[in-house]
Parts: sequence; C-alpha cells; structure tokens
Amino acid sequence: MLAMNYRGPFRIRADRNRPEPKIEHPYDAIVRVTRSLICGSDLHIYHGLVPDTRVGMTFGHEFTGIVEEVGSGVQKLKRGDHVLVPFNVACGTCPFCKQELYGNCHEANPGATALGGFFGYSHTAGGYDGGQAEYVRVPYADVSPTKIPEGMDIEDAVMLTDVTPTGYQAAEMGGIQKGDTVVVFGAGPIGIMSARCAWLFGAGRVIIIDELEYRLEFARKYAYCEAYNFREMDDPVLFVKKTTDWLGADVVIDAVGCEATGSKLQNILGKKLMLQAGNATALHWAINSLKKGGILSIIGVYGPPWNLIPIGSIMNKGITVRTNQASVKRLLPKLIDHVMAGRLNPKGLISHRFPLEYVSDAYRMFSDKLDNIIKPLLIPPRAFTA
Amino acid sequence: MIDPEMDRKIANAPKNDIPGWGVDADPENDPTYPMKHWNGADHERSHYEKAPQQPVNIEVFHSIERPNITRVFGTSTPPAGLSGAIRRQAYKYSEAQAAHWMMLIFADRVDVVQGIISDIRRGIFPNFIAEAGWRAEWKYNRKKLIRRVAVKVLTVAAVIVWMSRKRKKSML
Repeated sequence: MLAMNYRGPFRIRADRNRPEPKIEHPYDAIVRVTRSLICGSDLHIYHGLVPDTRVGMTFGHEFTGIVEEVGSGVQKLKRGDHVLVPFNVACGTCPFCKQELYGNCHEANPGATALGGFFGYSHTAGGYDGGQAEYVRVPYADVSPTKIPEGMDIEDAVMLTDVTPTGYQAAEMGGIQKGDTVVVFGAGPIGIMSARCAWLFGAGRVIIIDELEYRLEFARKYAYCEAYNFREMDDPVLFVKKTTDWLGADVVIDAVGCEATGSKLQNILGKKLMLQAGNATALHWAINSLKKGGILSIIGVYGPPWNLIPIGSIMNKGITVRTNQASVKRLLPKLIDHVMAGRLNPKGLISHRFPLEYVSDAYRMFSDKLDNIIKPLLIPPRAFTA
Repeated sequence: MIDPEMDRKIANAPKNDIPGWGVDADPENDPTYPMKHWNGADHERSHYEKAPQQPVNIEVFHSIERPNITRVFGTSTPPAGLSGAIRRQAYKYSEAQAAHWMMLIFADRVDVVQGIISDIRRGIFPNFIAEAGWRAEWKYNRKKLIRRVAVKVLTVAAVIVWMSRKRKKSML
C-alpha cells in the first residue's frame, strides 16, 4: 500500500511498498483511510525532536476511514462504517479511561508511562503506525472510533480527531469565566481554534500573539480575536501587562510548545545544543503575562526531559497550571453538536489539500510555513474506492 | 531502612483512628475537573479490568516504570541493528533519567544511517531532494533554498580545501 515513510529528520517519502496492516488483537479494526491531516505536533517528530522515532515509521494521528475488517472481539463497529478516529489509543477500562482521561490510557503505550498511546507518533507514544497511509490498524476499536454523523462534512469530521478537541480543551482548561481576558500564544491551528473556543466559554477579550503576519490575519477573521505580532513589540509580556491595566491576563494558553522562537538563549540551548527539550519561550512569556491567581493552560507539546521556565513565578503569583493531552472521546458529543449547529466551523482551518503521494512536499510546506499554509490535508488514492 | 511491606500496611490501615480524617475534603476543590471525572477509579490501583494480551511476536521495550508491556502495542519498526542495541540499553533507565532520552535520540540518529544502508542494500538509492520536499521549497521559497544550498556547498568546499592544504603541508 501507499504510506508515508519516515527516513530521518526532514526526510520522508511516499512509499508504495509498505505492508498492509493486519488484525493483531481481538479488539483491532483495519480502517481504509479517507482523509488524514498533518498536525503541528507531527512537525516535532519530522524535525527529529521526539526520542525513539524510528526510521520506517508512518506518521499521522488525525484521520477518518472506512472499516474494512474487525477483530473477533469488536462489537460496535462493522465493515463499511465510516468513522473518525481520535488520536488517543484508549482501552476504556483502566482507571484513567474510566475517569474520561482517554489521552492518558495506561494500557496503550508500553514505552513510556508519561504518555498515552497515540497513532503514528514514535515508540515513545506506543509505536503505532499512523493514518498518513491507505490503511491503518486501529486498536481498541470499540472505544474511541466514532461513526461520522449523517450530514457531517468529512473535512469537519477529520478535524474532530485532534485539532478541534485539543483547541477546545485548551480553552476549557483555562477555566474561563464570563468577561475574562484570554491571551493565546501561538497562531497555529491549535492556537486559532483555542481562541475561537474561548468565546464559547464567555471570554470578554481574546488576544492571540504570534510572529507570522498571515496567520495573525487569518486568526483575526476566523476566531474574531485581536491579533498581535510579537516581532513588533519590545517585550510581549510588557505588552500584555499594559493592555490589561497592568494586572496581567486572567487566562493564558500556551499553544506553541517546544518549537518557539523569540529567545536566542532558549534557541541555542534547546534547538542547537539540545540541552533542554526545545525552546520554551512561549511558556516563559505565558507565565509572566498572567495576573496573580491566573490560570495557565498548556496545550503546546513539550518533550522530555526538561525545559527552562520560571517556576518561581508560578509559585509566587499563585498560578494554577492546567494541562493535558486532549481527551477526544470525552469531548466529541459536545463538539459534534457545536459543528452540526454551526457554532464551530473546523474545516475552515484547512488551507491546503494534497494527494498522499505529495506528502514530502506537504510536510516541507507546513514546516517552513510556505504559501500561507494553515492546516494541510492528505487524501489517499484509495479514499473512495468501493 | 525502608520497609515497603510495613509502609503498605500503614497505607491500607483504616483511617478512623486518625483524628479529623477527611473533615475538610471538598469534592468541588478539584482542579483537574472537567478534564477528569473523578469516580475513584484510580484508587483501584492496578486491579482493573484488562483486555486480552496482544501476542508478542517481536521485541517490545517497555518503560521500567511499569511492570510489563501494555495489553496492546504498536508493531511498527521493531528494534534492529546498532540503533536497536542502543535503545535496549536506553530502556534500562527510567523516564526520569536523562540517559534514557539522550540514548534514544542518539539511537534515532544512528537509525538514519542504518536506514540509508538498508535502502541501498534493497537497491533503492534515497532521493534526498524529493524526500526533503525541495520541490515545494523551489516553488514557494526559491531564494531561501538557493541561499541554503549555496551555504552548504561553500561550507563543504571550504572544508575540502582546508583538508587538502593540511595534507600538502604534512607531506612537505
């Protein structure tokens, strides 16, 4: 089959000779992929920043597909069902799944206890091949995969597998109260979706900060928010303080993660010398931009083992830190309702559509932010064969 | 000296003897809600219902912070060669140890070289330009691409010139 094949940092190929997946467990399903997205966090593995990313792996944790085959223990799905597949591999019976922490399943990832299992995201996240392929193996098929509701656009459906719930949860974790000022660092797809979702919780002001003008322009229109370029500021923290009557923001969302820019020191230590897990400038700014007693929601991805951040300020300002991988299954009923009612328009974030054969170009364009790219979608050649 | 058995006995003892146990417990004081719908399931510890075990037909490393592998796991790219040997060592350290992660990153880099050798053995010469997506770069970011290539070519040329001069000097 055709699938994306990782060959090393900044090197991937569309490989026509990948073996098709097979049922390996009674609770497995094999899904023929109909749509697959490239996520901003895929860029961390594409850049070689996530440990135990092995050559030959297929990435992709945001996909929809048609069930082709199910294992002997699968009861809810059958051949022919068109499903959206949350990025979390979740067993549904461990203590964490039972408390709806589906992103923290304890029976999906042997390689690390700090992470749940995710499709196509290194052996640090379970060693599963992902959905940037024609077919993919989906474990625990009765738990997370969800039939696409009748009438829902397939592009909205695929956007519900990660980016929409992740953006929504970032806002939810902010504990936003009506009238709150919410600052979002990072105008990537997740940051823009977080800004959009902050209004659903009653935010009074939503401010997004980034360095890419085209993304800020997009965010202004898509998320109805104020958008500022930190390259035009001497100090983004000072800017936030000034614009919030010198108190700081009520809620700050870090939607950047380990590949931030804006600090030479963090860049050298994190990206050149790899003495910390990437560049944590956005997190540093987020902590300092908050009011005393404010809430910090971290949704940006940081790898092991550590990062330089002002932990003393978290304590001294009484900041509450809330963070987690999105629990997609928990949020799906609410988000499906928002989409069907027209309150959210996830597919509006998709800016580029590529045949799967062009996956190398798609990654390069997303990585280098070419052609005003916001969110790239991949379409496998067998997406619509009977 | 730490006696885990004694500590476990203390932990499992009835709390009624502890003055004031639980008087200030407030279910609403839960900063993890709504991410987590607390129902006490994590107090079951490891005595929860588990799926059947996926057959283990390949070498699967597991974190030493858990007693065994998970009931399902990915079978993409089993460990192989030198990179596999390094990964085997890395998984002897806990996730709290820098050695664990640094060794894995190092193994990843070794794996890249193994990947090229494996490609060539199978008669595939990697198309580095296509794999790096330079077609898109050429279309949308030509100036930067040319500058990047020029810097690389000049750096390699400078190293070759410097090495050849050094060799000439040593021959004299």
